[in-house]
Amino acid sequence: MSDHIPGNTPGGEPGRDRVPLPEDSMPTGGVNAPVPVAPEATPAVDPRLIVRQEGIKGYLAEFRRRVSSGELGSLPVVVALIVIWVVFGSLNSSFLSAQNLSNLSQQIVGTGMIALGVVFVLLLGEIDLSVAYVSGLCAALFAVLNVNNGVNQWVALLVALASGAAVGVIHGLFFAKVGVPAFVVTLAGNLGWNGLMLQVLGATGTVNLSGKDIVSRLYTTIYGQQIAAYGAAVIGIALFVIASLVDAARRKAAGVPYRPMTDIVVRTVVLAIIAFLAAYTLNQYKGLPLALLIFLIFIVVLDFVLRRTTYGRKVFALGGNIEGARRAGIDVAWIRISVFSICSTMAAVGGLFLAAQIQSASQTSGGGNLLMNSIAAAVIGGTSLFGGRGKTWSALLGALVIGSIQSGMNIEGLSNAIQFMITGAVLLAAVVVDSLARRTQRAAGRA
Amino acid sequence: MAGETVLALRGVSKRFGAVQALTDIELEVHAGEVVALVGDNGAGKSTLVKAIAGVHQPDEGVIEWQGRPVTIHRPQDAQQLGIATVYQDLALCDNLDVVANLFLGREIRRLGILDEVAMEKRSRGLLDTLSIRIPSVRIPVASLSGGQRQVVAIARALIGSPKVVMLDEPTAALGVEQTAQVLDLVERLREQDHGVILISHNMADVMAVADTVAVLRLGRNNGVFDKRYTNQEEIISAITGATDNAVTRRRARGQEGSQ
Repeated sequence: MSDHIPGNTPGGEPGRDRVPLPEDSMPTGGVNAPVPVAPEATPAVDPRLIVRQEGIKGYLAEFRRRVSSGELGSLPVVVALIVIWVVFGSLNSSFLSAQNLSNLSQQIVGTGMIALGVVFVLLLGEIDLSVAYVSGLCAALFAVLNVNNGVNQWVALLVALASGAAVGVIHGLFFAKVGVPAFVVTLAGNLGWNGLMLQVLGATGTVNLSGKDIVSRLYTTIYGQQIAAYGAAVIGIALFVIASLVDAARRKAAGVPYRPMTDIVVRTVVLAIIAFLAAYTLNQYKGLPLALLIFLIFIVVLDFVLRRTTYGRKVFALGGNIEGARRAGIDVAWIRISVFSICSTMAAVGGLFLAAQIQSASQTSGGGNLLMNSIAAAVIGGTSLFGGRGKTWSALLGALVIGSIQSGMNIEGLSNAIQFMITGAVLLAAVVVDSLARRTQRAAGRA
Repeated sequence: MAGETVLALRGVSKRFGAVQALTDIELEVHAGEVVALVGDNGAGKSTLVKAIAGVHQPDEGVIEWQGRPVTIHRPQDAQQLGIATVYQDLALCDNLDVVANLFLGREIRRLGILDEVAMEKRSRGLLDTLSIRIPSVRIPVASLSGGQRQVVAIARALIGSPKVVMLDEPTAALGVEQTAQVLDLVERLREQDHGVILISHNMADVMAVADTVAVLRLGRNNGVFDKRYTNQEEIISAITGATDNAVTRRRARGQEGSQ
């Protein structure tokens, strides 16, 4: 049977007249029929594609299309922020004062740093429930080593950060190698690291920072010269413009689509308005806080890591399709462990800023609603709980929203009870927006 | 039509516990040839593909690559030889754009940084040579149709310039136009001198593009047909075993008895 003798079937070449080819049943017209395109006429572009027009009009049309298909991005959080500022500003004029906003920009750094780490874990589609007490533990380690044991402040700082990284590696090993669900590992960690923190703090329970150590200075330093804030704004805008122009030039030279000049100008102007308004407000009070500058640098650097390096690409790939990532030769376990390590390290950084803020590490460090706030900040800022979508900037936006609500309610003198309820409602609203956006994206074929 | 023999299987057998999944399989793939691998469910098609792709190792027999016997221990070994596999589930990342998916795991870098411009340029070049028409190389794969995803998955297999491309049921979930797109693509692969192994249950697809049809039945070769001299009934008979008759059954029983 395995040898076929040519011509032994009746009718010479019977396959020709009996077998219906799929081409025969192809429609010859209709909307889905392939449009004949000359081979040299850019065949990679589908004629059905909605091509964006140039200029501001095209920008608005594109924006409307994105919103209607559920690609909300940062839109909900920006709207929320404006609403919050308008509401609290109208209730009490001191809310929008330069003093309050300057203080706010400093107070959000601790939570924001932790949220920055949470963004990485959320990108994998996982969650880390231990960040709050990991931040407390690392702050306690720094305080005890530096204040109680007289260890060099830099060594103590490095030990605290390294402990954060090690904690993350432990979480990652249990998650990636043993296969325990991430929320269970980190929930156990939440309790365990809290216990270790209490152990480290010892009998007294509270260790006051000297106020002259490196961590305190990183938080309390404010550059009072006018030039500092404006200079930082100018440098930021200049970097953005140079990066945009270089990218557009390279793309033009390579013959691939590039951002038109009007786009770059519009984006630069928007960025400049925001940056100079912020700088002006900060200068109205004391000046540019070092903590805010460090936070912004962390955001930009980690944004670069996520979007412009193979490592970041692997993180996104894992958030999109684990099996696909594995088949593409990505070391899934290593990426998972490293992401959990980044998250815990950022928790340590945030914990140190929080300790500097209250000038001590105590038994209540990392407690309260810090965990909720850090995760909420990342989600409110627009990072999806479902993995694969998000930006480091969402940590800044989310922390601003959370911080503004707390600051506004403190000014209004609302009790903790009311504050918790409102913060909880805001978090729920953010997750609802995320879920609805995802559903709309599915309907629009974009999820 | 077909060029030199790129890939050849000689007497390949594979057992899983008590199951003899493959027995003495012979298969040859030439450059510029489309070999359709057909057979009923459980005939051993997927096992054979996995043996070639390095997922399973054959227990007996030899895999020859360009005339030399090779051992393929891991999927990476197969990729290094130049065997690219497009699995049925495609394994694309929905949240990444087309360029990112094409280059996933082998990104082009410049000074350690992703070179998006070079990757986009090469993507467009590759998609153009395959006459693949997708809206934009910068939209997430999630917004592509099933057929477009399939061609992106096939294009991804071609990034590493393989000599043999294995397609596992590429048209199973596709509509009429998308199927036509994929079949066009298979023909273009042949024109570019790739050897193609095409697994399909769809006889119309097989007869449309294949040069050779290899039939598996119960883990054995059950005929290799030249498409020019065969027809659909003959292949279906070979697949279902309807060509069995008293004579062949008696012969088979005699062999079992003598073993």
